[in-house]
Amino acid sequence: MSTRQLELEILRYDPEKDEAPYFQNYSVPCQDDWAILDAVNYVKENLDTTLAYRWSCHMMVCGSCGMMINGDPKLTCKTFVRDLPDKVRIEPLENFPIERDLVVVLDDVIEKLQRVKPYIIRKDPAPENEEFNQPRSALMKFKQYTMCINCMCCYSACPQYGLNPDFIGPAALALAHRYNIDSRDQGKSERLDILADHDGVWDCSFVGACSEVCPKSVDPAAALQQMKVDGTMEWWKRKMGFPGGDS
Amino acid sequence: MSRNPYVRPMSKTTWYLRNGRFRIYALREVTCLLVGFYAFLSIFALRALWQGADSWNAFLASQQSTPMVVFHAFALVYFFIYQTVGWFQLAPKAMPLMMGEKKVAASTIVLGHYLVWALVSLFLLWFVGVI
Ligand code: SF4
Ligand code: SF4
Ligand code: FES
Repeated sequence: MSTRQLELEILRYDPEKDEAPYFQNYSVPCQDDWAILDAVNYVKENLDTTLAYRWSCHMMVCGSCGMMINGDPKLTCKTFVRDLPDKVRIEPLENFPIERDLVVVLDDVIEKLQRVKPYIIRKDPAPENEEFNQPRSALMKFKQYTMCINCMCCYSACPQYGLNPDFIGPAALALAHRYNIDSRDQGKSERLDILADHDGVWDCSFVGACSEVCPKSVDPAAALQQMKVDGTMEWWKRKMGFPGGDS
Repeated sequence: MSRNPYVRPMSKTTWYLRNGRFRIYALREVTCLLVGFYAFLSIFALRALWQGADSWNAFLASQQSTPMVVFHAFALVYFFIYQTVGWFQLAPKAMPLMMGEKKVAASTIVLGHYLVWALVSLFLLWFVGVI
């Protein structure tokens, strides 16, 4: 197998010593079949043990290895060396504070993921002692939104989140939509007050960047636009005095 | 070990220069200036119409000067690229259609939009007597 020398420019930041982040260069002999994560692992194992970054599964499941690769938010385990030029710039995910080196602070989105009530809410009791059947067509409506691995690449790509950190943002809103359109859920109107607030869906200007970078084809931009339509209908229903539709 | 997270601020004035996606988005949003211009133009047109035949004819003549024709042509192309193509591309996201258990292909929905657009354009051209 052939190897290729890659020049990695990695953003470093030590919260105990550094005033500001800076780039450090590493020259890494990469094998053709390596993902960029392998190159970062090589740095850690052979060149610089102080480098901090997150990863776990190496197979696009855990969602922890997202970084900016030449300016684009990507899963480093899904981005291959053979598709990259000889010089690769690696930075922590944009729009998030840097904890250390390539590790970002995710507290904000973790809170937002909880805020949107991402679980099935029932008003009538769920059927007891029997399966809660759901036709396949109902599943197909929301299945893509269940594929999210919380890698937060979409938040890094979203200009609205960069400009207004209070914006709930693509992945959390897509997750809320996933429950809103689940035929077993009855919590839509409960979620509406959170989602239709000005830090909710209306802060999204449909740039579509989130969907372009999503490594799992979740298409959060689609969810957000559908929620705008839903939210508007619901608002009119309430205005006209109809009961909210919760199915 | 102490925490001291470093925040990389996003420039409020130049953020759209950051990458190609943002630039295209900014160019799309700029169409609002053209929309604003045409809103004013229609008000002027209405005023000319209200003032009588002479002003209306003067208004029409002013729109046929070379600079105005160039401007209208530019606006048409700009709208086509950043509004028609841009929004039609995004339409399947905002209105996904299901056929039984399957989603209708995005390309089909986009094509549908172009078809409706062509029909409406033909109707308008017929209505104003061009065809
Ligand atoms: S929606 Fe996509 S990009 Fe966003 S967190 Fe989920 S998997 Fe990652
Ligand atoms: S479509 Fe909305 S959520 Fe997605 S990147 Fe654009 S502004 Fe952000
Ligand atoms: S290491 Fe788990 S998604 Fe990349």
